Amino acid sequence: MTRIYSALSLFKEGLAGQTGWQPAWRSPEPKPSYGAIVIGGGGHGLATAYYLARNHNISRVAVLEKGWIGGGNTGRNTTVVRSNYYYPESVELYGLAHRLYEGLSRDLNYNVMLSQRGMVNLCHSTAEMEVGARTVNAMQINGIDAELFSPEDVRRVAPIYNFSADARFPVFGGIWQGRAGTARHDAVAWGYARAASRLGVDIIQNCEITDFIIEGGRCRGVQTTRGAIRADRIGMAVAGHSSVLAAKAGFRLPINSYALQACVSEPVKPILDTVVLSPGTGVYVSQSDKGEIVIGGGLDRIPSYAQRGNLPTLETVIAGLLEMFPIFGQLKLMRQWAGIVDVVPDSSPIIGESPLPGLFLNCGWGTGGFKAIPAGGTLLAQLLATGKHNDISRPFDLDRFASGRLIDEAAGSGIAH
Amino acid sequence: MQLFPCPFCGPRDETEFHYGGDAGNARPDGVDVPVGRWADYLYLRTNPKGTAREIWVHMNCGEFFVMERDTVTHTVLSSTALGGENAA
Repeated sequence: MTRIYSALSLFKEGLAGQTGWQPAWRSPEPKPSYGAIVIGGGGHGLATAYYLARNHNISRVAVLEKGWIGGGNTGRNTTVVRSNYYYPESVELYGLAHRLYEGLSRDLNYNVMLSQRGMVNLCHSTAEMEVGARTVNAMQINGIDAELFSPEDVRRVAPIYNFSADARFPVFGGIWQGRAGTARHDAVAWGYARAASRLGVDIIQNCEITDFIIEGGRCRGVQTTRGAIRADRIGMAVAGHSSVLAAKAGFRLPINSYALQACVSEPVKPILDTVVLSPGTGVYVSQSDKGEIVIGGGLDRIPSYAQRGNLPTLETVIAGLLEMFPIFGQLKLMRQWAGIVDVVPDSSPIIGESPLPGLFLNCGWGTGGFKAIPAGGTLLAQLLATGKHNDISRPFDLDRFASGRLIDEAAGSGIAH
Repeated sequence: MQLFPCPFCGPRDETEFHYGGDAGNARPDGVDVPVGRWADYLYLRTNPKGTAREIWVHMNCGEFFVMERDTVTHTVLSSTALGGENAA
């Protein structure tokens, strides 16, 4: 039986007729009780289970997923990994995620195909360049790699951008993060699932939460479509459906759910080897390893749980894309889709205990959850294991909405969502 | 393009409308409002999956109104001018 993924095991299995491969994760029946339950089998939930087992030796853990793992926003994002945020609290959080991503393939023994091809946030005016310089300075002071790009620098990394004299959004420069890039989104979910399963975590798919078991004012378990499952520590990482679960638990969250859509073109030969974001058009673009042009934009501004995008937003995004890269006018779109994102007023996540004791939150990542998966998992795991915040997660507690100490990263996404 | 019914202008393109929040989220009154109540009013949202009762503004005519919508199917159930019993 082959357990380690490596070039050597690939070679051996080739000689042995590929008979020794095992399913990447077990699919056991749910047990009546666990040490901890994680609701949501996306990247954040699976990472939480993995770090509970690896960092805290808590392996009696179940991940409960209503559909299939990685089938929500983990499989619907544009795969960008970056940490170009402004405030120190955000830098600590996304910086942790970024560092963990850099070691993730080795850590999980699963190739997440992290490609640190760099990302440039364009500046389209003198005023934007001044703000760009301020952002770069803040990032450097906070210990994050950043560079202020001149128009020539931008032309060097993205020569196919629309540099014509009559461009609607001319390039005055840009904010460059060289360590940014993309990762294979499905592989992040599958890698965490495999690694967690090998440490004893039960991954249970097609298991939807119907209610919480509340005794003595504490959360003691969940009712599911596959029966009651009890645990004294429960974490939820369900993104756009956080408000739905919160309603079952008897509280409300500062979240609105919106569709965020993306699309990919047919695959073409390598033409763009970095990530380019234009705040002018509200569009960002990269090319996948398969050759597809991956296109993302702003939110659909209609509250929704529909997991599909509306046409006016798609039209805006494509118009912006063609303004940035007229050469893409010949491309055909291959797929278009949407995920339901959990948008918080200050565009920062919520990590901490919920108003129902015993139930812990990891939500509110809004349009940028994928890049934060390793950090969200690490921090929720620590909360579940110890009941206490890590210094990095403390500022992101739900209590900031009563104290007023918001971490307003509305500009952190680079797009006015 | 979905059409939303403005109670004043009739069916119009969805892009002419802007979402304004939960209907019935009344501003706390008085000077002794506890912090938690303010946080509730300012930030906490019902965000239902299914039927939602929402405030919208039709940006062309500038009128605010209440729209009942299904957030999964996007079906519009009703559209009512804001006023009278809908004022809250």
